Amino acid sequence: MPAKPLASPYAGIIPILTIALVVIAAFSIRFGAVAIDFNEIASAVAKGWSAPDSLDLVERIFVEIRLPRALACIFVGASLAMGGVLMQALFRNPIVEPGLVGTSSGAAFGASLYFVLGAVLKFHAGPWTLPIAACLGGGAATACVFLISETAAVNRESTTGLLLIGIAVNALFLSGVGFLSYIARDPQARSITFWSLGTLSGANWRAVLVLGIATTVGLVIALRYARQLNALMMGEDEALYLGVHVGRLKLAIIAVNVMIVAVATSITGIISFVGLIVPHLLRLMRGSDNRFLLIGSVFLGAILLTLADIVARLVLKPAELPIGIVTSAVGAPVFIMLLRSRRYRF
Amino acid sequence: MQVDGPKIRQGGTRMLCVDQVTHRAGKKPLVDRVSANFESGQLNLVIGPNGAGKSTLIKLLSGQLRAEAGTIAYDSMDVRSMTYRELAKIRAVLSQNIEISFPLRVWEVVMMGRYPHFVGRPGAADERACEEVMRFFDVSDMADRDYLTLSGGEKQRVHFARVLAQIWFSVSGKSRYLFLDEPLTFLDIYYQFEFMGKLQELLKVGDLVVVGVVHDLNLAARFADSILLLHQGKVLACGSKAEVLTRENIQTAFRLEPALLRTDDGTMHLVFE
Repeated sequence: MPAKPLASPYAGIIPILTIALVVIAAFSIRFGAVAIDFNEIASAVAKGWSAPDSLDLVERIFVEIRLPRALACIFVGASLAMGGVLMQALFRNPIVEPGLVGTSSGAAFGASLYFVLGAVLKFHAGPWTLPIAACLGGGAATACVFLISETAAVNRESTTGLLLIGIAVNALFLSGVGFLSYIARDPQARSITFWSLGTLSGANWRAVLVLGIATTVGLVIALRYARQLNALMMGEDEALYLGVHVGRLKLAIIAVNVMIVAVATSITGIISFVGLIVPHLLRLMRGSDNRFLLIGSVFLGAILLTLADIVARLVLKPAELPIGIVTSAVGAPVFIMLLRSRRYRF
Repeated sequence: MQVDGPKIRQGGTRMLCVDQVTHRAGKKPLVDRVSANFESGQLNLVIGPNGAGKSTLIKLLSGQLRAEAGTIAYDSMDVRSMTYRELAKIRAVLSQNIEISFPLRVWEVVMMGRYPHFVGRPGAADERACEEVMRFFDVSDMADRDYLTLSGGEKQRVHFARVLAQIWFSVSGKSRYLFLDEPLTFLDIYYQFEFMGKLQELLKVGDLVVVGVVHDLNLAARFADSILLLHQGKVLACGSKAEVLTRENIQTAFRLEPALLRTDDGTMHLVFE
C-alpha cells in the first residue's frame, strides 16, 4: 500500500529547517568584530522603525552591516543551492552544481568585464547593471557547457565527459577574469580578485533587495517546473511521453539557474560547492522529488552558507576570510566522497 | 486476475491507422511508406531484423517523431494535431532501458505516470490508478523501496506499472494507446511470459490499442494476434501469425532459414540451426 504519494514531501523537515535557519541567522548577526547582544538588536529594531536617526554605533552596525549581510547570506545560499538542484535535474547527474557547469565563472567574467569596460559602454541600469552583466556572462558559459555536452560524443549522463567539459569552459572564463584583473587598474583589480574568491563583505541593503527579488522570482518559476523536472529524471524521451515539452523546459531551467546564480555571484563572487552539497543532503533526508528539493534547498542552502559565514568571520577574528574559501574547504572533500560513493551510478 | 480499473463500454473496434508513413535520417529512409492498421483488443507485434526501422516506427506512432510524409491517426485524430500533453493522457510508451541516477521511491516512479492527469497534487483517481496498477503488476510490496536498489527485472516491472498508470483510465471516452519498444529485454523467461499474459488480460477491456516491438520471434509466435514484419524500413508482411511467419519471409528478413515446428496446442515455434 503506497504511502500518500507526494502529498507533502516536506512535512516535518521544512519547519525544522526554518527554526534552524532563524536560530543560526540570529547567532550570525551577533558574532563579529563587535558582539551585539539581543537587547541591542531589539532596541535597534524598535528605534529603526520609529526614529532611524537616533541609533547609536552598535545599533547602526546591526542595521547597516550585520542585518543586510545576514539576509544577503540567506538569499545567496538559497540561490546557489537552488541552482544546484536545477542543474542536477537538467543534466540528470548528481555531481553537478552551478560552479561546475560554468554559471559562476561566466557570471564572474561578465561582472569583471563590466567593471573594466563599464565606463566605456555607457550602459547603466542602476543596481541591476552588474547583475545583468553577470547574467549575460553566466548565461554564455552555461550555454557553452550545455551545448557541448548535448552534441559531444560523450553523453550528458557521463560524469567524466561533463567534468571535462566543465573544466574546459570554467578555465576559459576564469582566464578571462584573470586577464581582466591583469589589465585593470589597481582598485578595480582588487575587486576582481575578490570576485574569484567569494565574499559577503560587500553586502548592503541594495544588494539584499536585488538578491531577494531574483531569488523569489527564481523559486516561483522553478517550482512550476518541479514536476516536469521529476519526469526528466527518467530521460528526455520518457519526459516527452509524459507530455513534457522538453526543449521549453530545458530553456526555462537554464534561464532560472543563470538568473539566480549570476545575480548572487555578481554580489558575492564565486562561492563553490553549496549547490552540490545541499541537494545531496536533502536527498538523503527525503528522496529526489524536485518540489521538495527546491523548497528544501532554499532553507538548507541559507543555513549552510550562514554557518560558513560565521566560520569565515571567526577563524581570523577580527579579520575575515573570504567565504568561498570556507565552502571550498568543506565542499571539496564531500565532492570527492560523492565521486567515490556507490550510491549513484556515474 | 480481474482488471478492476478501467470499465469501458465495449463499442466496436478502435483503430490506429498508419497510412504511407515515411521518415528519413538524412537521405536514408528509416521507415519507408509503411501502411498498417492496428486494432484494439489484440496484441499487435512488430518484428524485424536490426535496423529494420522498428524503433523509429514506434517513435512515429507515439508522436515523439513527426512523420515527414503520410498520416498516423488515433481513431480519427491525426497524431500531429495533438499537443504532447493531450497525447500523454491517452498514450503511453514503454522503452527498453530507463536510467535514473537519483534515489526515488517506487511509488514516486509509478506516480510519474499520472503526471499528465493532474496539476499540483495527485487526485483520488491518480492514487487509485497507482494502487491498482501496482497490485496488477505485483510491485505493491516494493512501493516504499528505493528504485536504485531494485534489480533490472524489478525496475522494468515498475516501469510497466508506471506506463500503465498513465493510461489506466480512459480520458473522455477516447481509446488508449500503448507502445512497447522491446519491453522484455531485461526480464527472465518467467516474467516475459507473465508480462505477455498481463497484456492479454488488459486487452480484454477493448479500448486499448497495443503495438509492441519484440526481438524474440518465438515470443511473437506464441502471443501475437497480428504481426507486422519490417525489413529495410518497408513492410515485408503483415497479418496473422500464419501469414507472416513463413519460411520465406523469415529467411528474407533475417537471412537464416528457420525450421517451423508446431506443438500439440497449435503454437508455432521457430528453430534456427
